[in-house]
Amino acid sequence: MMTKEQVLEILKTALEASDGEQTEAVLVSENEELTRFANSVIHQNTMQEDASLIVRVIKDKKIGIASSNILSKEEVVKTVKHASKIASLSPRNQEFISLPAGKPLPQIDGFVEKTARTTPEERAEAVRKLVEMAKPHGIKASGAFSTSVLRLGVANTLGVQAFYQTTVASFSTVLLSPTSAGYADRESRNVSDINAEEIAEEAIKRTVDGRNPRQTEVKEMEAILLPYAVSEMFDYLAYMGLGATSFQEGRSFMSEARGKKVVSEKITLYDDGLDIRGFPLPFDFEGQPKKKVYFFEEGIARDVVYDSFTAFKEGKESTGHALPQPNSIGPLPLNLVLKPGNATLEEMIKSTKDGVLITRFWYVRPVHPKLTVITGMTRDGTFKIENGKIVYPLCNMRFTASILETLAGTELVGKELKLEKGFFGGNLVPALKVKSFRFTGQTTF
Amino acid sequence: MRELTDLCLNKAQKAGCAYADIRIIKRERQEISLKSGNVEAISVSDDLGFGVRVLKNGAWGFASSRIISSQKIEEITSKAVEIAEASARVKDKDVELAPVEPVVAKIQANCQIDPFTVPLEEKLQFLARVDDRLRSVKGVAVSKAFLAFFKEFKVFASTDGSFIEQEKIESGGGMEAIAVGEGDFQIRSFPNSMGGNTAAYGYEFIPMLKLEENAERIAQEAVALLKAKPCPSGEMDIILDSSQLALQIHESCGHPTELDRVLGTEASYAGTSFMTPDLLGKLQYGSKYVNIYADATAPGGLGSFAYDDEGAPAQCVDLVKEGLFVGYLTSRETAHALGIPNSACMRADGWGRMPIIRMTNISLKPGDATLEEIIADTKKGLYLITNRSWSIDDKRLNFQFGTEMAYEIKNGKLGAIVKNATYTGMTPQFWNSCDAVANKDYWTLWGLTNCGKGQPSQVMHVGHGASPARFRKVQVGVMK
Repeated sequence: MMTKEQVLEILKTALEASDGEQTEAVLVSENEELTRFANSVIHQNTMQEDASLIVRVIKDKKIGIASSNILSKEEVVKTVKHASKIASLSPRNQEFISLPAGKPLPQIDGFVEKTARTTPEERAEAVRKLVEMAKPHGIKASGAFSTSVLRLGVANTLGVQAFYQTTVASFSTVLLSPTSAGYADRESRNVSDINAEEIAEEAIKRTVDGRNPRQTEVKEMEAILLPYAVSEMFDYLAYMGLGATSFQEGRSFMSEARGKKVVSEKITLYDDGLDIRGFPLPFDFEGQPKKKVYFFEEGIARDVVYDSFTAFKEGKESTGHALPQPNSIGPLPLNLVLKPGNATLEEMIKSTKDGVLITRFWYVRPVHPKLTVITGMTRDGTFKIENGKIVYPLCNMRFTASILETLAGTELVGKELKLEKGFFGGNLVPALKVKSFRFTGQTTF
Repeated sequence: MRELTDLCLNKAQKAGCAYADIRIIKRERQEISLKSGNVEAISVSDDLGFGVRVLKNGAWGFASSRIISSQKIEEITSKAVEIAEASARVKDKDVELAPVEPVVAKIQANCQIDPFTVPLEEKLQFLARVDDRLRSVKGVAVSKAFLAFFKEFKVFASTDGSFIEQEKIESGGGMEAIAVGEGDFQIRSFPNSMGGNTAAYGYEFIPMLKLEENAERIAQEAVALLKAKPCPSGEMDIILDSSQLALQIHESCGHPTELDRVLGTEASYAGTSFMTPDLLGKLQYGSKYVNIYADATAPGGLGSFAYDDEGAPAQCVDLVKEGLFVGYLTSRETAHALGIPNSACMRADGWGRMPIIRMTNISLKPGDATLEEIIADTKKGLYLITNRSWSIDDKRLNFQFGTEMAYEIKNGKLGAIVKNATYTGMTPQFWNSCDAVANKDYWTLWGLTNCGKGQPSQVMHVGHGASPARFRKVQVGVMK
């Protein structure tokens, strides 16, 4: 695993080797160990140590990018020369203004030594506990327990110099009975927060309660979305419409919605890369400090996130949401927070006359990004609610629904936030109860 | 190179491993993308490393590193052994493998023009011409033209005595036009969405994409879609174009015949499968027109190779024959578990991942009719073109797809275009409703570069060949 000094030394070497007018160097170093189990045995158990340097060289608005994971001094220089040569050959990008300048950065300690030092034996022991708890119920256990260390360094010739290290521990399980499945997960920077017994208890209850599911009439119904489902829904909303690239190109709902009330006043959604309860990242892949950005404030559409390229186009400052270069997505929020309400899950169930409790989603895909329509299936714990009570487990259901329309009908917001890993970072979200969720199909299990 | 692989394998054997293999892999990529007249990205990347897989105490361990040295290979091999010992703490029986013949081989890429030797200027000029043509159509808000090239050199060595060197080159490209209206945007891609088309050929493949020839048509279609009527709702006959059918095959036949997920080892992420072993040779998966096969030997296929990542030779096997479910995609471990021949489908996404079962080139055999004859024989329906969205349940039964565009079919003739087209169904019912497949003149082998599976995640390049086919009484128009 690379040390902070090694990361900064490579970045320095890269900047010094460049003949560009502006140069940026980003180094991502990751060690990940993952223990995977299925049919109640460990069947895949892996470890990877990797690090990659990405160099962006600018010459007269001409941009070249090269990356490599071969990081000897000679190879770093070679990578820089490669990026420089590409810049020389590239046409000018007339929309490019400049790389961003260095700014003061917030200091966050995201590194937990115990997580970094977790052994394969410790992960196997946690898996064994879960497997043993599931066995008496006739349940087969599958899942993954990973511990990883991420180090990120960013430097450029305009004064950016940033370094951050963090740890991630993640344990998820899908338990299978002959007729049902149950999911649970826990994520934290600190592996000590991961409790295998707690995960097992939650998933076993869901699996046992889910046995012998039935089909129901496919129609629009009330729905309770547990945080697993809420987090994924907001990930897709972010991907489709909360970044400046889709906004500027007119592909985002935000292009016409800012300042208008588009969802329930119970919904306040923002991105906060500095929230220590999540997986914070104090700066982005351009070394710009993370700003707190509100997308919905009491239902009113507010703003999108920016990197330097999209910000300069509008004469603004980056909000610190650049992704690694190159990418066609543009800036993206990685640390979504949905402001909690005051409802308990029991209150949500009690308030539901004819609805469905959804544990999590599966295979979600955008159907119409501007209309925020997504489709997907429910999975690993779907239950019918009638007259304030869970009455029976359901076969998994397909939905084809507009996220904005769904959120417009928000009736209750859960009081507890749960941390869920997102596309890159992590979201802090509660459960939601919505007036109407558009189900469009059902499967047979 | 052999000294390094021997160092690993000897160390693993001395540590008491029943089996070990090592893969050393170097990859190069180049991506060039123009967007609305500007360079979106020109990038190159190099990636090097090795992965060691060992079987000890009846369980698997895997470790990998980007640093290639004798010391690191010894360290990582020891780590893989330590991990296997930990795995053995939670097992019920020892892993057993189907036999494979040891082989020493050197395989070169199927390539006339190495795309990495073609000057960047030439590629940029080509893309600029495509982008100009896209933007020449009034109403196009965003245009995009792109090329991507990939080269891989891989050494595989195992304690079975195999030492295999394989080289692969891939070339691909495509384009998109986006039109934006009030509350709407519509996209057309060519020759396919999600990365155009890619093949295991050299730069000679790029002119075959015919991007310049189709740019203005694609852009016009994107603009026209803004004003097109929405997809009708109801049950009707549909014809899927070749590229959409390729994805239908991928999701509803390729994935459910992966024997690892059938046996439950992907349950925690990708899910399981409805195509269980008790149905092998019994399930009428589709109609008599449905013949689906896995061919890892297809020239130009992204799922083609000489030997898989267990050193087993490439195969061509039937999965569905005249509608009957007859075969699986397998590994040494899963083939042994079921007592069937190994169809050699183990591949890893680079040096840092453990091999898992992946699709090769899963294709639908062409039929006899022309596309025009199938359309002429359709009274009322839709002809759906180019995928826009895709989703299927975790046993691969209930699916829903959306396409970028569709034509109405009325009394045997193509009519107006419709937008936001979707269709949905259940896999066996859908394939059993197939009553016509177009002939080999309409058959295209598509390269998909975004197939995701596994934990940690692995992205694989796979191939699918198909010609357009008709399906009767399918639910369409799911979006409100």
